[in-house]
Amino acid sequence: MSYPANYKYTKEHEWISLDGTTGTVGITDYAQNSLGDIVFVELPKVGDTLEAGKIFGSVESVKAVSDLYSPASGTVTAVNEELKDAPERVNADANNTWMLKLEIKNTAELDALLSADQYEKFVSEETGH
Amino acid sequence: MAETAALRKTALNATHRTHKAKMVDFGGWDMPVEYSGLVAEHMAVRTGVGLFDVSHMGDIQLRGPGSLAAVQRLCMNDAAKLAVGQAHYSAMLYEDGTFVDDVIVHKLSDNDCLIVINAGTRNKDVAWVRKQVGHMPQVHISDYSDYYTQLAIQGPKAQATLQKLTDVDLSRIKNYWFTWGKVCGLHNVMIARTGYTGEDGFEIYIPSDEPTSERVWAEVLDAGAEFDIVPCGLGARNTLRLESAMALYGHEISETINVYEANLGRFAKLDKGVDFVGSAALREIEANGGPKRKLVGLEMIERGIGRDGYPVCTVSGERIGHITSGSPAPFLKKNIAMAYVPVQYAGVDEVIAVEIRGQLVKARVVPLPFYKRPTKIA
Repeated sequence: MSYPANYKYTKEHEWISLDGTTGTVGITDYAQNSLGDIVFVELPKVGDTLEAGKIFGSVESVKAVSDLYSPASGTVTAVNEELKDAPERVNADANNTWMLKLEIKNTAELDALLSADQYEKFVSEETGH
Repeated sequence: MAETAALRKTALNATHRTHKAKMVDFGGWDMPVEYSGLVAEHMAVRTGVGLFDVSHMGDIQLRGPGSLAAVQRLCMNDAAKLAVGQAHYSAMLYEDGTFVDDVIVHKLSDNDCLIVINAGTRNKDVAWVRKQVGHMPQVHISDYSDYYTQLAIQGPKAQATLQKLTDVDLSRIKNYWFTWGKVCGLHNVMIARTGYTGEDGFEIYIPSDEPTSERVWAEVLDAGAEFDIVPCGLGARNTLRLESAMALYGHEISETINVYEANLGRFAKLDKGVDFVGSAALREIEANGGPKRKLVGLEMIERGIGRDGYPVCTVSGERIGHITSGSPAPFLKKNIAMAYVPVQYAGVDEVIAVEIRGQLVKARVVPLPFYKRPTKIA
């Protein structure tokens, strides 16, 4: 499993990449692997306001449903419509399959998130290996 | 008696871990939930063949001239109808007609029955059997649960796979019959044409030492390689049995659900000539007009997946029941569920709703099972 060094991570297993004040959000390789075959991704609408640490949607695999938590506060500017018909793309390439884009109010918020190294350590502690 | 917190392991635990299965705690057992992926495993069983380690299941043997009488007292189906070499679905009930467990009864000989029980209910079941029939004459009860590694080879290519490893002519074993024969060089292996997938297939019972278990596991995978056999986890086992509408203890059946509610009345033989534990209660339920709620099949009409425990409502939002098992169905490619609802809502085509995280999502009552395998020609 790989975690790109230029992303930031939440303890709820989302990643965010930053380009200016635009954040791009997806779930981590660890998350897709734990969930297994993903069949449904429920996302907010463009224009919705998200708050850091709050639930913004859900992802469902055959065996479980898991909430999605926003890594930052801001306004949704785009959602990945392809995931409606092809949610399995998240399994195929979690690092490059984005779920939504977000105009971030305060990019300093991201400083509180985990780096790739920290996230990897967090995951290995959580799973005990 | 207090149980230890340590997870129990089957003889194939190291094999599962070596092959990178995802492991979960299933009723106190460290079991593989998936290998290559739940959907791929599910599809392999529907279209080819899959291999499951189901050694966590328990096995209680009743031996002696009194064994048939003991089974008749313990279980609701009529074991007197079984021929030697035949098995059937049955259940042990509490006095009120609810479930101790559902079981498969195998008639090994005129003096010998094997009852295969669920993993999560093992200790309770063994204690129940001893309490109910331990005092009966000429019956000896043995808990052989740890003596067997139980492998399930399931799917339309199960027979072709297993046939390579045995001298028994598998085509002669009918559904829900069994025999003994040589498998992978082991003598007197019980081979049953049973399973929990809704597909054709076999369950074999081999000695539970690790080297033997690992060797047979590997030989079955080799034999099935030409049919793209895959090792399967409990995740696929659950979705396969759900598509086939087979009950799972703690979900569709439990100590608070009775036989008629669960649609299993056809296996309760009140006319078998002997009273069984729970039969008086079943007669009373029948005399009082049958059950007030029933197990139904649901198919989601609107987008959403009803899952275990979700409330079932009328379309206007009044809560009327709950889902016992719900999931996307990988073969049917629909979102399906089984649920308990009051009988007035149990008719096929009734439109009701599932409460999914605060939202009402419409579903339709459909006939069970959701999936029935194509009947064999010839």
